[in-house]
Amino acid sequence: MSRSPHPFGLLAELTYACPLHCAYCSNPLNLADYRDELTTEDWKRVLREARELGVLQLHLSGGEPLQRKDVVEIARCGSELGMYTNLITSALGLSRRRAEQLRAAGLDHVQISVQADEPATSDRLAGTPSFARKAEAARTVKELGWPLTVNVVLHRQNIDRVGEILELAEQLRADRVELANTQYYGWAWHNREALLPTRAQLDRAEQVVHRQRERLPHVEIIHVLPDYYAQYPKACMGGWAQRQLTVAPNGDALPCPAAQSLPLPRASTREQPLSRIWWESPLFNAFRGVDWMPEPCRSCARRDVDFGGCRCQAFQLTGDASRTDPVCHLAPDHELVAGAVRVANETEQPVVGELEPRPHPRDQSPT
Amino acid sequence: MPSTGPADAGRAGARPAPAGSEQLAETARPALAASLRLQHDEVRGQHVLLGPESVLVLNPTGAAILQLCDGRSTTAEIVEQLRGRFDGVRAGEVRAFLAQLVAKRCLEVEDVP
Repeated sequence: MSRSPHPFGLLAELTYACPLHCAYCSNPLNLADYRDELTTEDWKRVLREARELGVLQLHLSGGEPLQRKDVVEIARCGSELGMYTNLITSALGLSRRRAEQLRAAGLDHVQISVQADEPATSDRLAGTPSFARKAEAARTVKELGWPLTVNVVLHRQNIDRVGEILELAEQLRADRVELANTQYYGWAWHNREALLPTRAQLDRAEQVVHRQRERLPHVEIIHVLPDYYAQYPKACMGGWAQRQLTVAPNGDALPCPAAQSLPLPRASTREQPLSRIWWESPLFNAFRGVDWMPEPCRSCARRDVDFGGCRCQAFQLTGDASRTDPVCHLAPDHELVAGAVRVANETEQPVVGELEPRPHPRDQSPT
Repeated sequence: MPSTGPADAGRAGARPAPAGSEQLAETARPALAASLRLQHDEVRGQHVLLGPESVLVLNPTGAAILQLCDGRSTTAEIVEQLRGRFDGVRAGEVRAFLAQLVAKRCLEVEDVP
């Protein structure tokens, strides 16, 4: 096998603690198993190892990274190592004082999640009053001169408001907006039926986004369509263990944030240096390249375009991580996705079933 | 998150522009966008342009061009300076490269006629 490239990005999931309870959360279902978190010194060592391995983008995420008291120190470490440092936050906990400390620590960019365009829906989806505090934090971010990304996870219960959501992002003076349709991992998988939009909803949203892009040429609007409605699977992570890696709160290194669900041997940064994990571990080599591929991927012209899609989705839907992603219309298991899409389109009602909120890790028992 | 992932890495040099593609005006004065950082990566031995959720790996010519984008030099002046350092610099290719980066919002332009 040819040597894989150096990774560009590290998603540092500092903690799964989060004041929000979004039902579309992609964090694992067994949140309580991650309460034994890396220490500050552990994280600084992981960041040094990541930079030596070639990582240039550091994404401080979670859960809510601001729940870690040492987030400023961790951000400073990443910045001093020369990494472009991003904070991916709900904005709860981003007080003016904390923001100024992060600015002084060298944090480069802030991404704030927004659940909806108005307080009632937003607070319902987040499971806690948070809308007003997000708007206030967004103002602070711009006042301190940071580039601001507003991230919105779209689903059946908010996608019809995408135009109003973009108007809110404009008011917040966002430089970038990520409209990311829900990906069905973790809690989102658990709540899929209530989250999967209809085709008519998607078509309407696409027209609205197109119009708003013309109206807001200075805002970069990224629109990620749901793969369930695509003909071919997404190029998940740009290929397994090719461009980036994740470190979970307990120090587990993963080729993708959803990969903890796969029946593969663990690789912990507590036990091994990151470079050995990246180059040599069975976990990171499991689906590298094309040798692992089954048909129809193996002989497909698109195998270097989408890499057979998402291994975690294949496992989730078929129980076998080495199957072709069932999203692909050529996949032998495509009916698993087509069936879910049919059910989603049986009614135009915006809400189908109850959303089960994700809990706080402290309110869960370890498995 | 697992769609395209956060680090959208690409590669850029001064020669990817096909003939007839858009070129930045000779009088334009490009400057790096405030949210971006141009730096050398010791691990890869190459220059990189870092921004929110993006990494652009630059070849030596691409890096030299961006180092000259200070918001004061015009495109024509940038080409002149490059000619002193590299062989076979083509103004059209440099201007097309700059236009691509403007389209990607990596460069901001003040055009003084």
